[in-house]
Amino acid sequence: MTNTDSLKPAERGFVEFWRAADGHVLNGRDPGLAAARRSAIERFAEVGLPPEKSEAWKYTNIRRLVEAWAGTDPVAEGPDPGPVDGLFLVPGDAWRVVMVNGRFDEARSALAGLPSGVTVASIAEGASSRPEVFARSFGATRPEGADGFVALNTAFAQSGLFVHVPRGTQLGRPIEILFLSGSERRGFVQPRVLFVADEGSSARIVENWRSFGEGAVFTNAVSEFLVARDAAVDHVRIVDEHASSVHVHYLQARQLGSSTFSTVSFVFGGGTVRSDAYLLPDAEHCETHLNGFYFARGSAQVDNHTLVDHARPNCESNELYKGILDGQATGVFNGKVLVRQDAQKTNAYQSNKSVVLSETARMFSKPELEIYADDVKCSHGATTGRLDDDAFFYLRARGIPPAKARLLLLQAFSGDVFETVRDEALRERLLARLEALLYA
Amino acid sequence: MLEIKNLHARIEESGTEILKGIDLVIRPGEVHAIMGPNGSGKSTLASVLAGREGYEVTDGSVTFDRKDLLELEPDERAREGLFLAFQYPVELPGVSMSNFLRQAVNSVRAHRGEDELSSVDFLRTMKEKAAYVQLDPSLKQRSVNEGFSGGEKKRNEIFQMAMLEPRLAILDETDSGLDIDALRIVADGVNRLRSRDRSFLVITHYQRLLNYIVPDFVHVLVGGRIVKSGGRELALHLEEQGYDWIREEAVGA
Repeated sequence: MTNTDSLKPAERGFVEFWRAADGHVLNGRDPGLAAARRSAIERFAEVGLPPEKSEAWKYTNIRRLVEAWAGTDPVAEGPDPGPVDGLFLVPGDAWRVVMVNGRFDEARSALAGLPSGVTVASIAEGASSRPEVFARSFGATRPEGADGFVALNTAFAQSGLFVHVPRGTQLGRPIEILFLSGSERRGFVQPRVLFVADEGSSARIVENWRSFGEGAVFTNAVSEFLVARDAAVDHVRIVDEHASSVHVHYLQARQLGSSTFSTVSFVFGGGTVRSDAYLLPDAEHCETHLNGFYFARGSAQVDNHTLVDHARPNCESNELYKGILDGQATGVFNGKVLVRQDAQKTNAYQSNKSVVLSETARMFSKPELEIYADDVKCSHGATTGRLDDDAFFYLRARGIPPAKARLLLLQAFSGDVFETVRDEALRERLLARLEALLYA
Repeated sequence: MLEIKNLHARIEESGTEILKGIDLVIRPGEVHAIMGPNGSGKSTLASVLAGREGYEVTDGSVTFDRKDLLELEPDERAREGLFLAFQYPVELPGVSMSNFLRQAVNSVRAHRGEDELSSVDFLRTMKEKAAYVQLDPSLKQRSVNEGFSGGEKKRNEIFQMAMLEPRLAILDETDSGLDIDALRIVADGVNRLRSRDRSFLVITHYQRLLNYIVPDFVHVLVGGRIVKSGGRELALHLEEQGYDWIREEAVGA
């Protein structure tokens, strides 16, 4: 194990906490998981947190934010969240999972009637009950490795969530995962999800991230998806946390042949919300949809980082991110589509559009296409602008008051991202949330 | 109903004065036409009356139903019963016609102390009024003006007017870009909406429209002033003679 003397204070603090907790709190009964944690903390000690002024973290000074949580116990359980019933977003029939500070809360979850063979459990339990699935999946979504945050998450993740949908199984209802993060003073939580959809299966997953309690919470979360041949996974992620929170999230998805993975994120609330999506269509004829909506006001910051890594031929990806910034908020979009040399006949589209409502809000957008194959169709683009004055006047000239006119235009602007939510009842809930945020 | 007194207005950005003292009184039920060459200030007058940004009124007054119109916000003017049919209707991608009209109609109704229309009544009214200007009822699912032809956009303006039932409608070059059939449809729609207590201000470059929407009064705007007023025969005269004789007369006077 690395000598901690050479580490910077922030990294050293984590390594020391890890050593103190090693063996009893973290590992459950599974030697494979223990080994993964050990190599993860070593990797974290080696790569550390992203350096200041790194290109990938240009606009979000994440080291300073982590340092503000120095000394916070990253394995503390935190307080009880109390009743959770009103917090779910998917109306009607759904399987419900509650995660409190990264721990699977089985008592609060409702999983009756899951088809046989489907596993929804903590990662520690999944690792021992489905060792062959765990061994081929855990940490397998990003072969080239991510930055230090993912390693940190692997080293510390508390129980986490393991979902396995076996071959040919269609989950008729969505699974909503309610992630509650809270503390009395300061919390540092590292939820982890491993989702494995085997050949020909299908599933809908909704991640619903919420805060509770008075304290400020730093979340470092990782959601991994393995989508096997002919499987279809539909994923919606909503972040609606307190303004004091910092939320760093890694979505990593690896797709096999002829599979479909659709993901859309909605950022409605949070202090700093950094989302890093890495999508790897790793076999032919994959279909990938990556969409996002972000709203930020006050001094909030929303930073979306995406990489669609086309490594194989005949795949298609569509990416659309849209956002609204008000107050002194900052938005960042850094989206890259990489088409490797073997990925002939790739169709890849990317677009980012933002509306800035105030003089002081800012948007930094950097769409990137990097193409090494010669027979592909790709496009990308980004625009940032204000609300259209002519459109605004047109609505007002029909008697519509300014706040309502603004709402109509912003709803129209955002509409196509919300349209990607296939569950109509959920979409209505999300649109209602948007309206509440914009029409206060 | 509308009383414009000595109205002066300039473009805010450049400071160029466009309206140089307009006087006009419109009584309930009257149709007034304003004609004039390009650049005479016709569209500026429409914009100032509707409350578009970018213009500054430097002198004069406008009262609408005894209220100071210039003090009102654009949406307040509309709720008070003023309607502007735009020369260039704006496309609103993602805003459906039905949502747009529902918001507009209900804003106006609430202001008049009327209840919101039920969905059934609203859709029935939409269907009925769309027929005034031969618009396809399936338009309710479409985005406002998006992908509409030039003629459809103009018909859509009149359709909106029919839905909102204004007290005073200003038609800003509604005839521009219309072929003769579309012009007839638009004019029929307008004529259907004429009533004893609804007035119109029809702004046009050509008298052609006035063959179909027959005005009670015709005013000629040149250089930011009304230089001549008369009955509909004045429009016919302008059609034959052009604007030059009026310019000369105005200079001579």
